[in-house]
Amino acid sequence: MSNLDPASQLKAKFGDLISGPTGFRGEITLKLADAERIAEVCEFAKTKLGFEYLVDISSLDNYGEDPRWTVVYELRNLTNNAELRIKTNVSEEKSELPSVLGVWATSNWHEREIYDMMGIRFRGHPDLRRILMWEGYPYFPLRKDFPLAGKPTNVPEVAFSEIAPLEGGPFVTLPGSGGAVSREPRVRTPEE
Amino acid sequence: MQTQSEIGYNSKIEGDVVITRIDAALAWFQKNSVWPMPMGLACCGIELMAVGASRFDISRFGSEVMRFSPRQSDCMIVAGTVTYKMAGFVKRIYDQMPSPKWVIAMGACASTGGMYRSYAVLQGVDNIIPVDVYVSGCPPRPEAVLDALIKIQNQIGTEPVLSKLNVVAQLTGAAKS
Repeated sequence: MSNLDPASQLKAKFGDLISGPTGFRGEITLKLADAERIAEVCEFAKTKLGFEYLVDISSLDNYGEDPRWTVVYELRNLTNNAELRIKTNVSEEKSELPSVLGVWATSNWHEREIYDMMGIRFRGHPDLRRILMWEGYPYFPLRKDFPLAGKPTNVPEVAFSEIAPLEGGPFVTLPGSGGAVSREPRVRTPEE
Repeated sequence: MQTQSEIGYNSKIEGDVVITRIDAALAWFQKNSVWPMPMGLACCGIELMAVGASRFDISRFGSEVMRFSPRQSDCMIVAGTVTYKMAGFVKRIYDQMPSPKWVIAMGACASTGGMYRSYAVLQGVDNIIPVDVYVSGCPPRPEAVLDALIKIQNQIGTEPVLSKLNVVAQLTGAAKS
């Protein structure tokens, strides 16, 4: 497949830093060992391999593991429709990696959203403000240790938040077969 | 031969005057010209557009003048999910509306937070502003919104406008002195 080709080119350029590729249903994922090199890798992928479009940047919270954060870059080559996913890990103590704003201008808001929701900072970003929550909100609500119901906050004259009554929730579904009773337990129990 | 066709109001039979109470007349003016402040925040806002469009036609009830300025409107229709980030602005716009004013909470989200039980969503707009009529539905049918408007009109129709004005005058006079 043509998707494997950019992977081997990246491996030839960066050597042991790139591991993989792992494939799933035709999607290629590469793992970058050192998050500090992400801007360099992305620059190469854009200029030499033709991945001129950054579809999205997202982040994962591997709560309880080290390193805690995984940042995921979804790239697309608009000429041959190839897709490439680059994952890199960031430790909780550091919580910082270089911005790829110099490569794709569209990463501006993606990086702001990750900073807002997960609290990972992007070095070199010119305007790293919150994008969805308001300035002064003290938490990062998509972290696993943040309760779904929220926490009370108050920034006078700007905004406030209170705990939402969950009434026994959050309600979850479990993947897989089995009856509706086992597949859709009413609430997530703490020991699960 | 002189023919005279009587069209509409017959002054010979009915006289030149209509007798009513001024309170009732003012309330009648007011309730048939409720100008909404469309606070469209989410998908209910789309249904609110349908209420204003020709099929349901809110102008049958005198409310076709959707004012996007709070200073010219009487009834705020909160249509959609009120997030905490938006809540302050909703309150501010409500405060800018001149009295007397009414509020319709349109849909599940505006009434109670709806399905959004999370850190980001205000659990009912009545936490920040007084609501006169709640409309259920996700989103409500346009007929339900019109029903809420009729309920508001009935409420206005029973309100003593003049004595309210007296109270306001006394309050502002007291504030000045």
